[in-house]
Amino acid sequence: MISDDFLYTKEHEWVRAENGDAAIGITHHAQEELGDIIFVDPPKVGAVVRQGDPLGAVESVKAVSDVYAPVSGEVIEINELLSEKPELINQDPSGQGWIAKIRLSHKEELDGLLSADEYEAWINEEKKH
Amino acid sequence: MNSEILKKTPLTEVHRAAGAKLVPFAGYEMPVVYKSPVEEHLTVRNHAGLFDVSHMGEVFITGPDALALIQTLTCNNVEKLQDGQIHYSGLMYPEGTFVDDLLVHRFNATKFMLCVNASNRLKDVQWIMDHCRGQVRVEDLSDDYAQIAIQGPKALATLQPMVDVDLSAIRYYWFTQGHVDGVPAIIARTGYTGEDGFEIYTPNDPAARIWQKLLETGAPHGVAACGLAARNTLRLEAKMALYGNDIDQTTTVLEADLEWICKLKKGDFIGREALLKQKEAGLQRKLVGFEMMDRAIARDHYPVAIDGRVVSHVSSGSFAPYLKKNIGLAYLPISHAAVGSRLQVEVRGALCEARVVETPFYKRNY
Repeated sequence: MISDDFLYTKEHEWVRAENGDAAIGITHHAQEELGDIIFVDPPKVGAVVRQGDPLGAVESVKAVSDVYAPVSGEVIEINELLSEKPELINQDPSGQGWIAKIRLSHKEELDGLLSADEYEAWINEEKKH
Repeated sequence: MNSEILKKTPLTEVHRAAGAKLVPFAGYEMPVVYKSPVEEHLTVRNHAGLFDVSHMGEVFITGPDALALIQTLTCNNVEKLQDGQIHYSGLMYPEGTFVDDLLVHRFNATKFMLCVNASNRLKDVQWIMDHCRGQVRVEDLSDDYAQIAIQGPKALATLQPMVDVDLSAIRYYWFTQGHVDGVPAIIARTGYTGEDGFEIYTPNDPAARIWQKLLETGAPHGVAACGLAARNTLRLEAKMALYGNDIDQTTTVLEADLEWICKLKKGDFIGREALLKQKEAGLQRKLVGFEMMDRAIARDHYPVAIDGRVVSHVSSGSFAPYLKKNIGLAYLPISHAAVGSRLQVEVRGALCEARVVETPFYKRNY
């Protein structure tokens, strides 16, 4: 469920960078914690965001989870399917459940994100609290 | 996080073993969800669901002056209750606001059982003791009772083979004493979901066995164990108030749109004077149901505005799994409380349009 091709944040987003663009979404762990996802408040295409800015929200029956920009840049595409099928995030969080694509403005930020191993360690750390 | 030790119900370990997610609730470790709150919600609407509600309080009021005491403390008319009958009521402060909301069960003229909210139990018992007069005994037997709710169109069919009474003879909001799987139990036709169903009060020890048997006899009917998350969305669709959210010590029974349990003509009771005055002066605000028009979910405590100005907050709000709408409850100025009135809910900084609708949002058709 945690893949080596991906980078992660402590806020439970994943990033998959390719040729200067990055697809982002929320992790398997995050969707599991949220449960049935029923609504995605999407980012706006064209918005220029800085790392850590609120990007949108994912809502389940139980709770709302803000999605923060894991990297800085311009939102160039959002996953339109989520408007009708938010449950794709539950079913395939790092595939069909991707949330947005960001054109990286600060590629070096990628170096500061968590590797798969680091993210897994972080989840275990969080569980202790 | 949990500095205090959480209490367990007789079923807590059964939930854990079944993989339910347990959370602290009213001082208890309670199952919030088994697998999916949406599925559990729909299971109750379409088949039936089992809920562990053992955290609820059972307070017995007995003695020659029991009836008079309850009549003084609560706003509904206890004189109207017959043996075996139940009503919903409010335990009132002098301001006509809620100490708690509760179900009053009449066994006979000298024996009553109050089913109260877990989080208010100690406060309620103290309040009742402080107002005791005459020959009356107040006993908090909450720790001696487990309570299982079976709710949904298949509740009767599931429970019937396990009991020695004819369930179809128990009318809605009536109860009987019988046996469930051979165990003495109070079997009440009540619930907090908007469906037909039963709430069964049993001793603690056999509760886990009864729970498992209900799941077994219910399996062919599509019955499943459900958590508190589903219970909350079910009660919201049925517009049943939640203490602490929709009603509390600051809201009167009239403002809460519960005039049907407020019998001002029954004679004196705590809160009556204030309520009479409020009724005469006219209400300033009222609890209403609303539906979101914009695509956004109104959550508990989100600000509520009228014409852009914040007037209150969402007392309960959620996605409604059966209705597939985003609904909520809020107190609105009486001038803006009519069905069709517009309001806005602030969702992550944006004002989203909503309108007041008829309630209950959901009403069963059987």
